Amino acid sequence: MEFLGYFGGVFEPVAFMLLLGGTVGGLILGATPGLSPTMAVALLIPFTFQLSPTHGLILLGAAYTSTVAGGAVSAILLKIPGAPANIATALDGHEMAKQGEGARALHLSFLASGIGGVIGVMLLIFLTPVLAEWALAFGPSHLFWMAILGVTLIGSLDSKSFVKGLLSGCIGLWLATIGYDDNYGVPRFIFSDALTGGIHIIPALIGLFAIPQVMEMFAKGRNASAIEQVTVTKHKLSSSFREIAKSGRALSIGTVIGSIIGLIPGVGGQIAGLVAYDQTRKFSPHKAKFGTGHPEGVIAAESANNAMVGPSLVPLLTLSIPGSPTAAVLLGGLLIHGIFPGGDLFERHPEVIWTFINSMLLGQILMVVFGIWIAASAARIARAPMPIMAAAVLILAVFGSYSVQQSMGDVYIMLILGMTMYALEKFGFSAAPLVLGLILGDIAEDNFILGSRIADATDGSMIYFFGGTFNLVLVALVLGSVLYSFISNRAINDALPTNTKAEK
Amino acid sequence: MTSTRIQHTIPALVVLAIAVVVAWLSFTQEPVEAFLFPRIISVFFVGLALWNAYRALAGLARVGGGISSTVALNVLPGLVVALVFVFLAATKLGFYVSGALTFLTIYTIYDPVPLSSLNGWVRRIVTTLVFMGVMYALFALLLQVQTPRGMFF
Repeated sequence: MEFLGYFGGVFEPVAFMLLLGGTVGGLILGATPGLSPTMAVALLIPFTFQLSPTHGLILLGAAYTSTVAGGAVSAILLKIPGAPANIATALDGHEMAKQGEGARALHLSFLASGIGGVIGVMLLIFLTPVLAEWALAFGPSHLFWMAILGVTLIGSLDSKSFVKGLLSGCIGLWLATIGYDDNYGVPRFIFSDALTGGIHIIPALIGLFAIPQVMEMFAKGRNASAIEQVTVTKHKLSSSFREIAKSGRALSIGTVIGSIIGLIPGVGGQIAGLVAYDQTRKFSPHKAKFGTGHPEGVIAAESANNAMVGPSLVPLLTLSIPGSPTAAVLLGGLLIHGIFPGGDLFERHPEVIWTFINSMLLGQILMVVFGIWIAASAARIARAPMPIMAAAVLILAVFGSYSVQQSMGDVYIMLILGMTMYALEKFGFSAAPLVLGLILGDIAEDNFILGSRIADATDGSMIYFFGGTFNLVLVALVLGSVLYSFISNRAINDALPTNTKAEK
Repeated sequence: MTSTRIQHTIPALVVLAIAVVVAWLSFTQEPVEAFLFPRIISVFFVGLALWNAYRALAGLARVGGGISSTVALNVLPGLVVALVFVFLAATKLGFYVSGALTFLTIYTIYDPVPLSSLNGWVRRIVTTLVFMGVMYALFALLLQVQTPRGMFF
């Protein structure tokens, strides 16, 4: 119950204002089609430079929580999921909106998100210290394998193509080595003056997540505003509360599945929502109603995608392995504030971490309150014109990248990485493993060099890196994640007709 | 070769070329200790890039729909504006003036409202000014970021 001792920090005026601002801003950003939680968190990181680590993390955590929930607004009203996590929400939510039940669907989605989210954060509170204590036993070889495992897991699981996912991870690891080597002071892969200091994480995150979405908006051309209009009529909040209280099955399936999937590194909310939706339908006596505007579909999907948020931070805070792409961006936010995840995190920065986690708990409740309040004007938010969003995100990306080190080099890197990522995404590559390679590259290399020095002084590299139970388990997990992805891709290939096959 | 296969082959070969350059530099540069980690990465990088290139050349690459000519034509004007803004206008004209011009240009290019509509122009200009006002308040006043001033501001 250590976390209770740090609740006061959340109610400090600046911290609470940031929590409020992050929650409301996150809901609006999430409700805006085309702005994903990952991109929102990446764009917010430059604004945290002027803040203390605690305050910066409160802002990022609030944005993470509320953008995922806010994405339900455009999913329900426009059938455009605000985030990949809201894909399943659109299936029944939009049908409800078309039948004049938009406000009811929004109420249910925010209430389900809040309940799932609170349970998810409670898991974060109780599981993280246990896992952190266990992680204290890790040495350089284990940390090296952990970093590699993070890249292979996201490369294998968060990508439609097994080989392209791993290739993206390799590109990220290589990008992390660009610039002057910290250990030997040697220039590596510096092809331009802008690369002398290496690739800074923040401009890279902004470029890799924001610019492809800007270009995606450009790709829609002048017809971007031609979207289906749905009117939102009022709905009694008390009846929504009664309805959610009676939806125990959908709520519990969604919350349990979301929490479990959040704990698995690299999987993320998109899968959580879809799996929960599918399982709730299987267990429901009203299977046929799913897809026609059935409230259980919305409740299952939304409780799952927000229950995933808290647990996705458990492997991040203890093992440096993010549970979702947005958590990977949050890892960048932690590192730039000098907070290095690991076993001793709760000993080194207890106030920062517990206040951050507590703020996420309170943020879930604020998200429900403001989400329901915003629901009244949700239709207007969700119809923000695409050209304005594209121009605004581009300008914000340029200003945000420049503000990191007041360097035009960072802006050039941001734009070039973003344009390249857009093209790569069109051919099946994925940004998440690339980002994780870039973030974990330094951790992997530093521990590899440290481990090599220890190995030289002791039993040699083979025994040091491949000996011992921990090392063998981690190597097995690395190989297992690659093998699992290869086999599952093959199974999908065998099951699908030729023109829709997944790629090995 | 089908257009899809060609579309997949070009990026696959570009990635392979990058992987080969990275491997070549990793194995030829000194001191060896500084390039030990890049060497290990580059081995996997080249291996995976070769596999990816083989799949693309053999017509087995199917993930990703590629870039159609319609999409390319839609993206091109916005991309040109973004490139001019970042590589030329931002430092020559100043961040805020060039930012405002970029915002207005992109809004105008992709706005479905006809260019002949006076109301459309009023809305675009007012939105641009309000947005840049917010950017100035955030970056210049709140975060105190010194942006390049260029000829104007």
